[in-house]
Amino acid sequence: MLRFLVRRLLQAIPTLLILSILIFAWLRSLPGGPAGALLGDKATPEKIADLNRILGLDDPIFVQYFKFLGRAVTGDFGNSLVSAQPVMSEIGNFLPATLELGLCAMLIAVCLGIPFGYLSARFRGGPVDNVIIVLSLVGVAVPVFFLGYMMQDLLAAPLGLPSQGRQMAGLDATTVTGFAVFDGIITQEWDAAWDAITHLILPAFALATIPLAVIVRITRASVLDVLNEDFIRTANSKGLTQPVVRRRHVLRNGLLPVVTVIGLQTGALLGGAVLTERVFNFRGLGFLLAEGIERRDYPRLQALLLFGALVYVLVNMLVDVSYGLIDPRVRVR
Amino acid sequence: MVFGAAGNPKTFDPLFNDDGETFRIIRQMMDTLIMNKPGTADLEPGLAEKWEGSNDGKTWTFSLKKGVKFHDGTPFNAEAVCFNFNRMFNMKGAAAQSQMIYYGDVFEGFAKNEGDASGDPVFKDCQAKDESTAILNLNKNKGAFPAAFTLPSFSIQSPDALKKYNADNVTQSGDSFAYPEYATAHPTGTGPFKFDSWDQAKGEITLSKATDSPTQTAKLDKLVFKVIPDENARKQALKAGDIQGFDYPSPADYGLLRNDGEQVLIRPSFNILYLGINQKNNPKLKDLKVRQALAYGLNRDQFVKSKLPEGAETATQFVPKAIDGYNDGVTKYPFDRERAKQLLKEAGAEGMTLKFYYPTEVTRPYMPNPADIFTSLSEDMKAIGIKVEAIAKPWNGGYKDDVQKAGKQDVHLLGWTGDYNDAGNFVGTFFGREKAEFGFNNPELFSALSAADAAPAGEAHTKAYQEVNKQIMDYLPAIPISYGPPAIVVGPKVKGLVASPLTDERFYTVTVN
Repeated sequence: MLRFLVRRLLQAIPTLLILSILIFAWLRSLPGGPAGALLGDKATPEKIADLNRILGLDDPIFVQYFKFLGRAVTGDFGNSLVSAQPVMSEIGNFLPATLELGLCAMLIAVCLGIPFGYLSARFRGGPVDNVIIVLSLVGVAVPVFFLGYMMQDLLAAPLGLPSQGRQMAGLDATTVTGFAVFDGIITQEWDAAWDAITHLILPAFALATIPLAVIVRITRASVLDVLNEDFIRTANSKGLTQPVVRRRHVLRNGLLPVVTVIGLQTGALLGGAVLTERVFNFRGLGFLLAEGIERRDYPRLQALLLFGALVYVLVNMLVDVSYGLIDPRVRVR
Repeated sequence: MVFGAAGNPKTFDPLFNDDGETFRIIRQMMDTLIMNKPGTADLEPGLAEKWEGSNDGKTWTFSLKKGVKFHDGTPFNAEAVCFNFNRMFNMKGAAAQSQMIYYGDVFEGFAKNEGDASGDPVFKDCQAKDESTAILNLNKNKGAFPAAFTLPSFSIQSPDALKKYNADNVTQSGDSFAYPEYATAHPTGTGPFKFDSWDQAKGEITLSKATDSPTQTAKLDKLVFKVIPDENARKQALKAGDIQGFDYPSPADYGLLRNDGEQVLIRPSFNILYLGINQKNNPKLKDLKVRQALAYGLNRDQFVKSKLPEGAETATQFVPKAIDGYNDGVTKYPFDRERAKQLLKEAGAEGMTLKFYYPTEVTRPYMPNPADIFTSLSEDMKAIGIKVEAIAKPWNGGYKDDVQKAGKQDVHLLGWTGDYNDAGNFVGTFFGREKAEFGFNNPELFSALSAADAAPAGEAHTKAYQEVNKQIMDYLPAIPISYGPPAIVVGPKVKGLVASPLTDERFYTVTVN
């Protein structure tokens, strides 16, 4: 097992190196450059040239890359051009928001997606099925930012829900872990916890739409497959009651592919979070990334994109490791 | 009160900043020697009760207010003023110097320059004659003074706090800069509000009422700036009462906002939109008649009426009306299509093609919708027989480089928002020297601008610029299009906010019912 883990870790290094080269080269190929972004609108071409020299941005690109790499391996990704804060501490500050939002969205998607998918399969061809299918199609098709704006305009005021931010402005809540709801609970600041929950509702639903729709469709398809299996016929012919057949046989077997999809959708949530966080001004990593792109914040973009890549590599590794645990043949291959 | 900001502040040491979002917060915490009268670009006493320039413009004497203290309890006096100006002049390190954009512009150089773009320093020394008299000696007269003393970058900060938190220690960190603790957590001035906290994760900057002998007394106990980059989110937040105001609402929303009961305050214009002309890229544009044809051929009045927000005006010259040096007597180019065609014919430029650059992915107070502006102006050009080749580029994605550095365009859209009440801040910036953007070399005009800049402050200065403005409009290096007023919006319960042409709104006068 240890050898397997070490091998996977060693394989991750070239992957990250290649990604870092691609990210670095892509950012450097954009016109404008950090000097323009740092100096703002009143920058003259002379001042930009001067600053490029000071920052070493007129060095050959591979020299710049190796300098960047040298700092990056020590965890120094520089300071954000937008906020002047070290980007690593920015990531630490903004990560809890993304995790909180992503977890909520996934909970919504799973808690609603599985029952609806099951209902859809059970009443196949009927009106309930049709309505659920159409809604899930809409869910997949509507762009998150459009849905976000619609929710803000149509739902926020009537439901009395906040349409932006993670907390009411000026609210003096204690921050312990950065997870606003959790912090409210552990410090027993119930108003703050409730405030954080209300701020989560709209963005979490917006972010949940696509995974929700996908889970509904996969659950439906999977349950339909199971219903046609021989063992269901056997169970029915043994005289088991319908609730027992559904719970023990249909659901249990039907959910296996759904679990895989939930894993895949969790990774995809990060992408959706960029738009959702932006629209709802929900200050997480997606928000940081969107702001970084707009303001040409190179240090922040370099760090965030590499961080995203690292998360994907690690998640993939975890998946592989879990396969390895389940199936010993994977380890020796 | 919670005010919605469109962007993050960078840091709170005004010396290293140059952007409006940062300045808005700094203006509440810090004072400058001279300030702007609320709602105007005129000067009024700030930390200095009186100021006086010598005849040669090389000495500025400030009589300071007495009894003022910094937020850390230390006294404000002539020593503190000199400490601040000496700090700027003696700033060390390429990292620090390169971030001092406004100091570099106004004072031109340092005791020891650490970048190529710096020149001979304007600052010579500063003397604290007595407790309440500070004398600033300069190496040369500069037209930007005294108005430039109103710039937030030159706010007077507590020498004790600057020293205690190592304020000068700006260092390079990879492709960017790292700032000392002072700049992010301990800015200390004399303003009506003092710094409380900056919560990066929440995007909130909290200020509270300063009680120790502030220069003005704030009516609000707490003032929070909440960063909300998305404009729709700002509108929603205002509607929901989460914030009580935000800056730069889109002109298209003025009506809607007012219908919702919000107050849209229109600022007096302090900017200019122009059609740039690059004579180098297209030699036909060297002919004055062709440039005049463009000026006569653009129906700017119609354009301003139909495409720009309320309060916008057709520009007759490259400075807005609020600026000393504005001249009613400049040559004007009223819309005259026939005359334009005739001039093109005389110049043998009928049917010429112009590469017209305009930016995308940007709005500016002077340019709310560049694509719309391009369409309107290019239709006018086509109507006088000019062929237009449209080239659109993202603002930060090549437009500024192409236009200002490479000069690839024949004509282009650009503008400027003024920093302080000095005509040189407009026309000197545009036409003071040979630039890739305009591609002409007119030594006569360059020296007239330099002479106007050197003219002693007051009437002589104003007169010199009036003369230069006339000269510019005769030579016509570009075409002024419009002055566009940006707006600021506040909720119905907010009282006492005075909209400023310089976006210099001070919140100490504000109450929220």
